[in-house]
Amino acid sequence: MKVFITKEILDPYKEIMAYEREALPPGKHGGVVSFVGTMRDFNDGQDVRAMNLDYYPGMTEHHIERVCQEAMKGWDIMDCMVVHRVGEMVPTDPIVLVAVWSAHRKDSFDACRYIINYLKESAPFWKCEVTTQGQKHWVEKNSEDPGVAKRVALKSA
Amino acid sequence: MDIKVRYFASLRDRMGRSEDQVKVSKDKPTVADVWSAVSKDPIPPTILVAVNMEYTNASQELKAGDEVAFFPPVTGG
Repeated sequence: MKVFITKEILDPYKEIMAYEREALPPGKHGGVVSFVGTMRDFNDGQDVRAMNLDYYPGMTEHHIERVCQEAMKGWDIMDCMVVHRVGEMVPTDPIVLVAVWSAHRKDSFDACRYIINYLKESAPFWKCEVTTQGQKHWVEKNSEDPGVAKRVALKSA
Repeated sequence: MDIKVRYFASLRDRMGRSEDQVKVSKDKPTVADVWSAVSKDPIPPTILVAVNMEYTNASQELKAGDEVAFFPPVTGG
C-alpha cells in the first residue's frame, strides 16, 4: 500500500507502472483498476485558469491510509495506491490517482470506487480556484454528496 | 490547559490566521469552549471539527495538548 501527497506534477501512469514493478509480485494480479482525477477549466458556470489545493498535513494522509486499509480488508485485492496533488495547478493537470490491483476485476473496480468516493467526501482537501478574470474563490461544495463528512463526524462522536 | 487550534481554507482567510494557542481555564473544556475563546461568532453551521486529526463535533471534551481543527466542507479528489 502506498499513499502520498505531492506538490510535484503527477504522472499517474508512470506511478502505476513504477509501483507495480516495485511492490507487486509478477504474474499474480489479473489487472489494475485506476481512477485519475484531472483539473477542469470550468466549475459551477465559471471558466477557471488555475487552482491551489490546500490540505491538512498528517490528517489527510491518515484518513487516506485508513480508507485504503478498509478497502484491503473489504475486498479481495492485492494492493492499492493513492497519490494526491496539492499546491498550485492548472487545467488538465492530474489531481488524484487511485490504483487497485487484484486477481479478478470485480474487486478492484469496487475497491477503487470506494476509495475515491471516500476520499472526495471526507479527506481534508480544499480547492481555491482562480477564474479567467483573476478572481480567487474557495470551492465550498464538492460535486459529491456534501453531507458525508458530517455523517462521519456524527458517527465518530 | 493549553490547546492548539488550527484553521484551514476559507475559514483561515476569515480568521486572518492559520492557528492559535488557547489557554482554557475550565475543568473539562469542550471544542465549543475553544471556539468561544477564538471567536465571538457562533460556529458556522457548515464548519467541520477535528480533534487530533479525527472528525468529531463541538461537544467533545478536550485534554491538555489536544489539537483542534476547524475547517469548511472538504473539496478534494
